[in-house]
Amino acid sequence: MAKIKRNKLNDDTPYAAVMLAPNLILFILFMLFPIIYTFYLSFHKYDMLTPMKFVGLQNYIDMFNDETAMTCLWNTIKYTIMVVPITMVIALMLAIAMDSHIMFKRFYRACFFIPSITSWVAIAVVWCWLMNQDFGLLNYFLSFFGVEPIPWLTSAQWSLISVAIVSIWKGAGYNMLLFLGGLQGISTSYYEAAELDGASKWQQIRFITVPLLAPTTFFVFVTSIISSFQVFDAVSMMTDGGPGRSSSVLVHYLYQNAFKYFQLGYASAIAYLMFFIVMALTILNMKFSKGSTEGFY
Amino acid sequence: MVAETIGKSNKARKLRNHIILHIILILGSITMLVPFLWMIGTSLKPPAEVWLMPPKLFGSYLNFEAYTKLNSRFDFVLYFMNSVKVSAWVVFFQVLTSCMAGYCFAKLHFPGRDKIFVAYLATMMVPFHITTITNFLTMTRVGLAGTHWALMIPPMVSAFGTFLLRQFFVSVPNSLMEAARIDGCSPFGIFFKIMLPLAGSSIATLAIFCFMGTWNDYFSPLIYITDARKYTLPIGLANLRGLYQTDWCLLMASCFISILPVLIAFLCAQDAFVKGVALSGMKD
Repeated sequence: MAKIKRNKLNDDTPYAAVMLAPNLILFILFMLFPIIYTFYLSFHKYDMLTPMKFVGLQNYIDMFNDETAMTCLWNTIKYTIMVVPITMVIALMLAIAMDSHIMFKRFYRACFFIPSITSWVAIAVVWCWLMNQDFGLLNYFLSFFGVEPIPWLTSAQWSLISVAIVSIWKGAGYNMLLFLGGLQGISTSYYEAAELDGASKWQQIRFITVPLLAPTTFFVFVTSIISSFQVFDAVSMMTDGGPGRSSSVLVHYLYQNAFKYFQLGYASAIAYLMFFIVMALTILNMKFSKGSTEGFY
Repeated sequence: MVAETIGKSNKARKLRNHIILHIILILGSITMLVPFLWMIGTSLKPPAEVWLMPPKLFGSYLNFEAYTKLNSRFDFVLYFMNSVKVSAWVVFFQVLTSCMAGYCFAKLHFPGRDKIFVAYLATMMVPFHITTITNFLTMTRVGLAGTHWALMIPPMVSAFGTFLLRQFFVSVPNSLMEAARIDGCSPFGIFFKIMLPLAGSSIATLAIFCFMGTWNDYFSPLIYITDARKYTLPIGLANLRGLYQTDWCLLMASCFISILPVLIAFLCAQDAFVKGVALSGMKD
């Protein structure tokens, strides 16, 4: 019996070779090889015209001495600190509101989700108009609360905040859906038991929802950080990094180095700096969240 | 009697909670929709009323001029068709390669299967821009930079898509395959006759996600396409914005039409979308 099974197992290899080949070849060419080659590039100087030159860690050293790169790194961090926690809190609140048996659920869900399926170009065009200092709807709305017109996109003080606001608006619905998926996995019996014991709605959220949602929260946190560190479309189309470098982020600088100045080695180093930071944050969070959930159980 | 009053106060509390929830959700929905209403409203305004203060959602009459003159002001139809071509190609091939590979990873036995699959999973963590730098060099070297091939070839394979379909095929019971095998069906036959028809909803999910990603992609055409005749919609619109900074009606009209295909796909297949998001949240 075992022998027959073994033979059958081996039989699959030619079929698998045929069916997997197109995928695997393209995967190696356009995913696996680039990951390795870009790392290799990050130790070289290369401008596509003159031959590649090995420079060791020079690109990374240059990067830390490059004021612009450090400004962009700092802006990326500021952007992430603004966007990730606020998006997560709003998304979680919306998800909790949506998790009950409530009318028009599909309608609400569609409303919240539409911004995240829309292209950044269309969103940037509309929001630049809404955020216009003199004629924008946003300042008009705020004027009812006595707020002086804010130069959203034209001042160094506000530009990154403006991009962050629009990103939060765009991303909340997507993260809400992720949280909603997590919430629906929590058995209602916990809430029923808590209700019998007289726990308030807030206590239920604090002591049942939040701890039991930890795996989803971890996932949302990691994916949000990864996408925040890769923000480009929003910045490129809303402010193009300006005024000055006030809203320039790492990928924006990477884009300029790689595809405008053709400093491909340097751009690769920036890309890998981004990767290392995201990896470090993910690992840290994994350790941290493991500790907290173990404590709960 | 006591039970009745408790029931009543409970009901009142529930009603109050529901009203609060609806208020939160309605305020949220308005925040999400106003920019889109503004987009539609402005595209239908007479140009003279665009800058009116205080701002109004709609003009004094509906003016469809921005839509009728769209294609005479720039190559809107051409960009739209370029986007259709690139998206259709990428969706078709990404779904095809993902189905075949997903099936291999889920149901066929061959040496190194799980190790290869882990490599796919690992690349999902890597920032997109790392691969883009090398892919740009590759495309330049083989002379495809500047053509639509540069936008169409690399995304023919997606680690996420492969993962998504593999997760689905794993859930198909083995007994179904064994029965077909005993009847003399080859792994190919099983794939085409049994597996693919079952995978309809997963395929829909991937197709929609892939379509959305390709249709909205701004970065790839930005780095690869220099010839204005080959622009896709996002890059064409971004360019239009530079050219006609002041013609807001035209800009809003073209933005609105550009988001329609994804919007329609979403509204028709909301459940597939939601399922896709939920699945992407179950990677671990």
